[in-house]
Amino acid sequence: MRRSGSAFTGAGIVLAKEAADQLSGIRMVVIEALVFLIALVLAWFSTTTIRESIGESPFLFLRLLTMAPDPIPFSFIDTVGLVTPIIAIALGFDAINAEFNQRTLSRILAQPIYRDALLLGKFLARLLALTIALLSLWLLVLGVGFLRLGLPPSGEELVRMLGFLVATIAYGGVWLAVAFLFSILFRAPATAALASLGLWLVFSFFWSLVIKPLVATLIAGPPEDIFGPNLAYIQTSQVLDRISPNTLYAEIALALLQPATRTLGPVFISQLRGALLGAPLPASQSFILVWPQLTGLIAAMILIFAAGYVVFQRQEIRA
Amino acid sequence: MAEEVVIGAEGLTKRYAATLAVDHVDIEVHSGEILGILGPNGSGKTTTILMLLGLTEPTEGRAEVAGFDPLREPLEVKRRVGYLPDSIGFYDGLSARDNLAYTGRLAGLSRREIDERFAEALARVGLPDVGRERVGTFSRGMRQRLGLAEILMKRPSIAILDEPTATLDPHSTQEFLGMIRSLKSDGTAVLLSSHHLDQVQSVCDRVALFNQGRIVLSGSVTDLAQRVLGGGHVIDVEVRGVGVSDHLASIPGVVRVQVMGPQLYRVDCERDLRSEIARLLAPSSELTGIRFAEPSLNEVYTRYFDEVRHAA
Repeated sequence: MRRSGSAFTGAGIVLAKEAADQLSGIRMVVIEALVFLIALVLAWFSTTTIRESIGESPFLFLRLLTMAPDPIPFSFIDTVGLVTPIIAIALGFDAINAEFNQRTLSRILAQPIYRDALLLGKFLARLLALTIALLSLWLLVLGVGFLRLGLPPSGEELVRMLGFLVATIAYGGVWLAVAFLFSILFRAPATAALASLGLWLVFSFFWSLVIKPLVATLIAGPPEDIFGPNLAYIQTSQVLDRISPNTLYAEIALALLQPATRTLGPVFISQLRGALLGAPLPASQSFILVWPQLTGLIAAMILIFAAGYVVFQRQEIRA
Repeated sequence: MAEEVVIGAEGLTKRYAATLAVDHVDIEVHSGEILGILGPNGSGKTTTILMLLGLTEPTEGRAEVAGFDPLREPLEVKRRVGYLPDSIGFYDGLSARDNLAYTGRLAGLSRREIDERFAEALARVGLPDVGRERVGTFSRGMRQRLGLAEILMKRPSIAILDEPTATLDPHSTQEFLGMIRSLKSDGTAVLLSSHHLDQVQSVCDRVALFNQGRIVLSGSVTDLAQRVLGGGHVIDVEVRGVGVSDHLASIPGVVRVQVMGPQLYRVDCERDLRSEIARLLAPSSELTGIRFAEPSLNEVYTRYFDEVRHAA
């Protein structure tokens, strides 16, 4: 059966209202404060370490993002990898269930819009808020780096950093979609937040350490056989690893921000013949390297959003 | 009453797994008419409303609202229908104006139309000065009024009100009923779901009684009274005198006499006995009024469900 009218009638109005709510809310103030703190502290210590210990380098700004400066035990990309899902979950965990709990849903859906428009408008507004938070972080680090190092980033650094920003938005988008899905599945926002954080914990800590080795062993046998490392195990392990958005994001960050990275999988000696070890790849080659990971993150975001969409379409509207 | 049917449904059915929530319901509402829908909780009233609005899909049957099919053309239906849900919610952090401007924009109103209609609608529901206040500070009664203001802003041809007075105090209820009557005088057809039978009776032209997902009775209150309470006549007699009850009971055709007040008697008769009563009482008593008693919807409702219980 075909419905009349566009599924996206009113989506722009929902987006504008939701974006205004998100950007003017106390939640966004907290997120921006967190972003400001992270950017200033990490950029300050990183630039200090660079000024003291690193001489000439064609990729000083990329070092700013990848080094773990004294006395902080983790780098900028580690911190962003940790904080982005938390920001995304904070933005999305009550997107739909709050409408049920405030009893606004039936009133809004009694207006001439489809559920599609409500869902899309809400998601895009939150993605916009996330993008603004990450863009602020990116610009702050760039600005502090510029002021403290006394030189601007090169064109190639800028392109790589932009690619990294896009990947971070896509990575955050995956966790936003997860939180969104749980906000549709669970009426209690606390349950949705807990489920989202639980899944993030699974992928952050347990996936690579416990689940992946177990499943890879079951599928491909032990990691080592009588001839040495088991290639089937390594390949299965890598496929399983890449189910995790955290792995996809880490691989993108590695390839884009460390230009010497030539591959993201197992390498055979024969493949290294003629290669200049340690020589940086051109940015275009690094982008080709991370293209599957980047599209994988975007596809995951769309798929999870689509799952939420299907569930929401089937829900009864009684509030 | 105008003849144009603005809400029509035939065989409307909704099944949730093994539960039949609405079972082949037929409804007809004419323009400018107020139809009350009554029934116990879970009898299918709200589900029927949601199907008419296109917010839930019927399992069977068809409906036409304002000339459009809610299933295939829900946007057209929703453009023409104002809906006040049973427990209305607003965005507490936003002002009354921002809340209504949001739904106004969704309804397709321009900024100018919203500005023009907002003040007028708020004044009409008795909240002229609260436009800039956050809805979080509003009482439940004010929220209900704001919900009605939202409908007025939309200027729909049909208003569907689901338990609109459930949380209101008696004074606010009376004011709200007045607002519902004013919708009718604007030419808006109203579908009113309520548990308050006296209120339904006071504003509705016709009522439909739901039970277990079906409409078991529908018509004017007088029609329902005839069908449920029996075909007899009920006459209220206002008279001052001695032994009036005995006199009335002695008239052939009188079934029952009830004392309703110090000088008020309700007489159940087999036929119209007004002239016989007047003739008998005139010599010995001071007769001040004699008229047909208005049947009570409460009585109809109670009697119907008592009979259903006994039959079960």
